[in-house]
Amino acid sequence: MALFSKQNKEVFCNPLNLDNPILVQVLGICSALAVTSQLKPAIVMGLAVTVITAFSNVIISILRNTIPNRIRIVVQLVVVAALVTIVSQILKAYVYDVSVQLSVYVGLIITNCILMGRLEAFAMMNKPWPSFLDGVGNGLGYALILVVVGAVRELLGRGSLLGFQIIPDACYDWGYINNGMMTMPAMALILVGIVIWVHRAYFYKEK
Amino acid sequence: MKLNTNSNTYIIIYSAVLVVVVAFLLAFIFKALKPMQDANVALDIKKQILYSLNIRDLDGAEAEAKYAEVVKSEVEKDGIKYYGCELDGQTKYVFPLKGMGLWGGISGFVSVDDDLNTIYGAYFNHESETAGLGAEIKDSQAWQEKFQGKKILSDNGDAAIAVVKKVENAASEVDCVTGATLTSNGVSEMLRDGLVRGVKLLQAAAPDADAIEE
Repeated sequence: MALFSKQNKEVFCNPLNLDNPILVQVLGICSALAVTSQLKPAIVMGLAVTVITAFSNVIISILRNTIPNRIRIVVQLVVVAALVTIVSQILKAYVYDVSVQLSVYVGLIITNCILMGRLEAFAMMNKPWPSFLDGVGNGLGYALILVVVGAVRELLGRGSLLGFQIIPDACYDWGYINNGMMTMPAMALILVGIVIWVHRAYFYKEK
Repeated sequence: MKLNTNSNTYIIIYSAVLVVVVAFLLAFIFKALKPMQDANVALDIKKQILYSLNIRDLDGAEAEAKYAEVVKSEVEKDGIKYYGCELDGQTKYVFPLKGMGLWGGISGFVSVDDDLNTIYGAYFNHESETAGLGAEIKDSQAWQEKFQGKKILSDNGDAAIAVVKKVENAASEVDCVTGATLTSNGVSEMLRDGLVRGVKLLQAAAPDADAIEE
């Protein structure tokens, strides 16, 4: 089995673009709206989801032949919940300020539809390596949108990126004002809508 | 051997083993990371105290060192806690406060000059106020700076400090956060309760005597 066969590449790359969990499957929207008011929490959240989807996919894929069919959702939940708890503890220990910012949303990764969706649809019937790639792909696809939305919101809402001021003081002297609307969750919804619109307009024309 | 993964015995044993394994794993990780998490929480409180003393740009070890340099004592008596601090040769008192916001608890640290009446700096924190509205009490440094120089008590010794919609007494009143009246009221209540009591207690007890003890 080639590690990067054509099939495996598709498993990895599709969720980044044509089968993006947020843009096309429209999963995981709630957390995407909540944690994107600044770039840093968006990046950390994206990484956390990537790690959790990748490893829960691998674990479920390894166990897939032993899992009793009648309690498979319960088993999936236990694995996801354990991983989420571990990640949130690690965040609290190593990046405390980010974990305060993400607050409840790390815990809510458990209910992130992307996770359960990938476990049911992919990991339950594929080998560990493709499952790992699928998890990383979907996590990064999710992270990508979070980063785009987070960057736009922080730039327009606070005039900075990752906490560094981007818009020069001269602009403020000329009367430029940060758009407070951008820090509100409602604007994230509109931005995600715009990204989905652009994405569809572009790729549906190609087809 | 082909296991029957749908038999009741198998399902019960499988779930029991899974849960026990996960429980041990989590317990181990909690234990291993606990000291670091506690250190983070302790550092966070120290940083908040420094924020209330208008020292806002320090992080990590720097904040730790500055805290050790500035905060001289931590006193608790009659249910009032305060930190005695020494900043540029002047004595400041930092009072930790707790109150209620709109959706959850709010807290804060307020530093007071040694006349025990003038606010030197303030920092507020919240658990779950609305981002962009109530959360401004924590996020907006400009709003916290409005408290600097405000008088806590009026001339006849009554509580005067307040967060109000329309400032009439500019010496003691601070404009509330637009769109967050209830959170602002919570801050106001918190100041009038904890801060006023703390200041009065210290005024009554000639504070200089116990400010030096460690």
